[in-house]
Amino acid sequence: MEKQQVLLNDVVIKFAGDSGDGMQLTGSQFTNNTALLGIDLATFPDFPAEIRAPIGTVPGVSGFQVHFSSERVYTPGDICDVLVAMNAAALKVNLRNLKPGGKIVVNTEGFDARNLRLANYADGISPLEDGSLNSYEVIAIDVTKLTREALKEFADLGMKEKDRAKNMFVLGFLYWMYNRDLDNTINFLTDKFSKKPTILQSNIKVLQAGFNYGDTTETFSTTYTVEKAKLPAGKYRSIMGNQALSYGLIAAGEKSGLPIFLGSYPITPASDILHELSKYKTFGIRTFQAEDEIAAITSTIGAAYGGSLGITTTSGPGMALKAEAMGLAVMLEIPLVIVNIQRGGPSTGLPTKTEQSDLMQAYYGRNGECPMPVIASSTPSDCFDVAYEAVRIAVQHMTPIILLSDGYIANGAEPWKFPTSAELQPIDVSFKTTLDEGEVKFQPYKRDEKLVRPWAVPGTPGFEHRIGGLEKQDITGNINYEPENHQHMVNTRQAKVDKIADYIPLQQLDSGPEKGKVLVVGWGSTYGAIKSAVMELQAKGHAVSHAHIRYIRPFPKNLGEMLKNFDHVLVPEINNGQLVRILRDQYFVDAKAYNKIMGVPITKTELVLEIEKML
Amino acid sequence: MSTLTNEAPLLTAKDFATDQEVRWCPGCGDYSILAQVQKVMPGIGVPKENIVIISGIGCSSRFPYYMNTYGMHSIHGRATAVASGLKAARPELSVWIVTGDGDGLSIGGNHTIHMLRRNFDVNILLFNNQIYGLTKGQYSPTSEEHKVTKSTPFGSIDHPFNPLALAMGAEATFIARSMDRDPKNLQAMLTRAHQHRGASFLEIYQNCNIFNDGAFEIFTEKSTKAEETLFLEQGKPLIFGAAQNKGIKLDGFKPVVVELGEGVSADDLWIHDERDINKAQLLIRMFDNPKNAGHFPRPFGVFYETDRPCYEDLLRMQIEETIAAKGPGNLDKLLRGNEIWEIQ
Repeated sequence: MEKQQVLLNDVVIKFAGDSGDGMQLTGSQFTNNTALLGIDLATFPDFPAEIRAPIGTVPGVSGFQVHFSSERVYTPGDICDVLVAMNAAALKVNLRNLKPGGKIVVNTEGFDARNLRLANYADGISPLEDGSLNSYEVIAIDVTKLTREALKEFADLGMKEKDRAKNMFVLGFLYWMYNRDLDNTINFLTDKFSKKPTILQSNIKVLQAGFNYGDTTETFSTTYTVEKAKLPAGKYRSIMGNQALSYGLIAAGEKSGLPIFLGSYPITPASDILHELSKYKTFGIRTFQAEDEIAAITSTIGAAYGGSLGITTTSGPGMALKAEAMGLAVMLEIPLVIVNIQRGGPSTGLPTKTEQSDLMQAYYGRNGECPMPVIASSTPSDCFDVAYEAVRIAVQHMTPIILLSDGYIANGAEPWKFPTSAELQPIDVSFKTTLDEGEVKFQPYKRDEKLVRPWAVPGTPGFEHRIGGLEKQDITGNINYEPENHQHMVNTRQAKVDKIADYIPLQQLDSGPEKGKVLVVGWGSTYGAIKSAVMELQAKGHAVSHAHIRYIRPFPKNLGEMLKNFDHVLVPEINNGQLVRILRDQYFVDAKAYNKIMGVPITKTELVLEIEKML
Repeated sequence: MSTLTNEAPLLTAKDFATDQEVRWCPGCGDYSILAQVQKVMPGIGVPKENIVIISGIGCSSRFPYYMNTYGMHSIHGRATAVASGLKAARPELSVWIVTGDGDGLSIGGNHTIHMLRRNFDVNILLFNNQIYGLTKGQYSPTSEEHKVTKSTPFGSIDHPFNPLALAMGAEATFIARSMDRDPKNLQAMLTRAHQHRGASFLEIYQNCNIFNDGAFEIFTEKSTKAEETLFLEQGKPLIFGAAQNKGIKLDGFKPVVVELGEGVSADDLWIHDERDINKAQLLIRMFDNPKNAGHFPRPFGVFYETDRPCYEDLLRMQIEETIAAKGPGNLDKLLRGNEIWEIQ
């Protein structure tokens, strides 16, 4: 049969299998291979909360979605063109997100009687045989058998070890299907298994076997190519959200000259930042895996008092535990970066699923009048800039700051036009070591024009002072219970945070006209879906605009004006309506909410329908 | 804890006092502890600016406000955690933690044990008054059983902690006990705590004359002190009693109180060895209620000391070794990563 090549613009592939099938690795390898060709992409890993749920069951299904295109990509895609299903459960979970006529690559061994039973298919029914997949193109391969076959010369490998390589077969097959070469994955394997030559050779053998299977088997006639995307000129790499966030913190440490101290307690989906920062001892970073969330933040407060760049990372439940200590940091007026990688709540909630439901907690969730700036990242690579900015605000305004990201951004990947260190704005910060003219004594709560108090660190002679959580007298910092002083200090702490608005950029529209029918306002990980939906409607000629808010507290000074330029304001959020309430409260604007809270991102398609209702 | 000493100017106790009015209740044991700390500080050889006192919440935790050093009055139970971060970031500082039986053993118990396990080079001064004073008189985790307080009108039913046993269980490297009413011993123990390199756990019996007056009377009052206390001295036999005529002997693993004379001499007694963990365990267990017949005297002094690397040193070494092996971090290399592509 003659082989033909088809050029495609846009493809969404979902890799799905048992959590032990290596789908995350397969997906991320395919992603890197795609990125290195200059194709734009976005990914969405979707894994169970259990490390190893019972094999073959629906709760044990792990997925990795990658959307790649020769056009700009802003989301991992609403529905898939191709579904890789390593077993029956993976098919069952993901079929509803496959577009009609889509391709299904199945491992037939994963559809034996046992797997069908585990996936809760009715007795004697196989979706591969009952005609239920007739509207799809099913590519059935006995991956397990072919993998074992490819490895029959590897006598020292047990059956279990051989079977473990079957994800490489699938990866190889997809590389053939999309006209890729195997180099980056072979390099990756060589690095990963440098000390296990047999495992290395067997993985490469199976990868090649998968590729050759596509190439030589007459059944498959068509391969697909997606060309380079038209991204702005520059050097790119692929980056994941938590990784970018870690790099932003490291960069800010370097550019501020402050040594980094990270106090953290492991929690999904924030732990990767702890892992990442722990690697970079060469930057002098001190990471401290504390005994609990409270020790994580309070140890960081101690380090910040000592002059470090103090960072603590967590997710929602950890934020709840840290709340009292955040109040202490507000009273102490010391810099601190508190990172919340949000997940589904309340309580333990949905640890591996995404949600934007901690905004109110960040905004209000502490005892007393306890204002803190809040900043949010919107895409994986945006985490770099937002982390850098969070550090700048914290150290230049002597305040704790909350950085909100979420599980979707944290684990998602996208191409990143990375900066050079010279391109990064320096972060000026200095400790108080000498008295100003006219000062006779160090006054720890004397403020500058930004209402910021001086940072004097232990070890500085003559600047010995005591700080604490009791109300302070203005200027001296001594304990003070006078009614007027408390009123003054409450007002001053608020004014200090409000004043940050003078030192952040004005809100820009992401796209669309300055005045119009609908303004869609988002924050955080809804960025891609809102952007794609708004652009689709703009292409149809509608006066729809998109503003995505990075600085949530305080808001940019022009935000209120911007909202008033539109007939309608729509605020889509993966929560029950949080930003929308704050906007209504601050600007008295009749903003409408669109909420979805299912542990998954909002899709472009549903947003388009929602916006159309307002047109 | 020991800290690298610099040539410090000659200071006196007065230099360590602040202009803040001391607001503990008149007659509180905390006054004496503050006085002894202020007396000891000039002699430890650490410049004032390198001393940091961190406290939690409670009566004792007002301490930093009265010491003219760096200090932080943090939140309830967290002083040890705050100090961990500070010491990890700034190992050259002399860090003192002031906490109480509620602050350090109840709400902050977790941080206390982990601080001891990690062995940061700090001094933990645990003021034990066996009561919650600042909240006006509820029983604490060290209150004796059946204690009648505001929150336990029918008597408490919890079994109390033996703080030193807890410290030993958490693998503390320095364990000592002193009391507010014995300035000489307290000064000596503060100095020893400072000299120890590692987390020093010093329990200080402190009288709360408002809510738990006389809790330690039997150990502190002249009339009973000699009979009811045992002051430990390295290399010396365990002798106590008003006439110094009683001693403690080891019968296998069992301590026995003996009368000196009549065939028993000091040579037959248990010789105190701070480095002997087994003996320290036995001393720590001499914790019986003085009202019980046949009880042991309550020991004071250094129970145990051992050497173990400090967390902050290991952390610093790991950083230095990594930099020595790989060179200092290069931000551009980090941002660039291993695999890049270029769009023209």
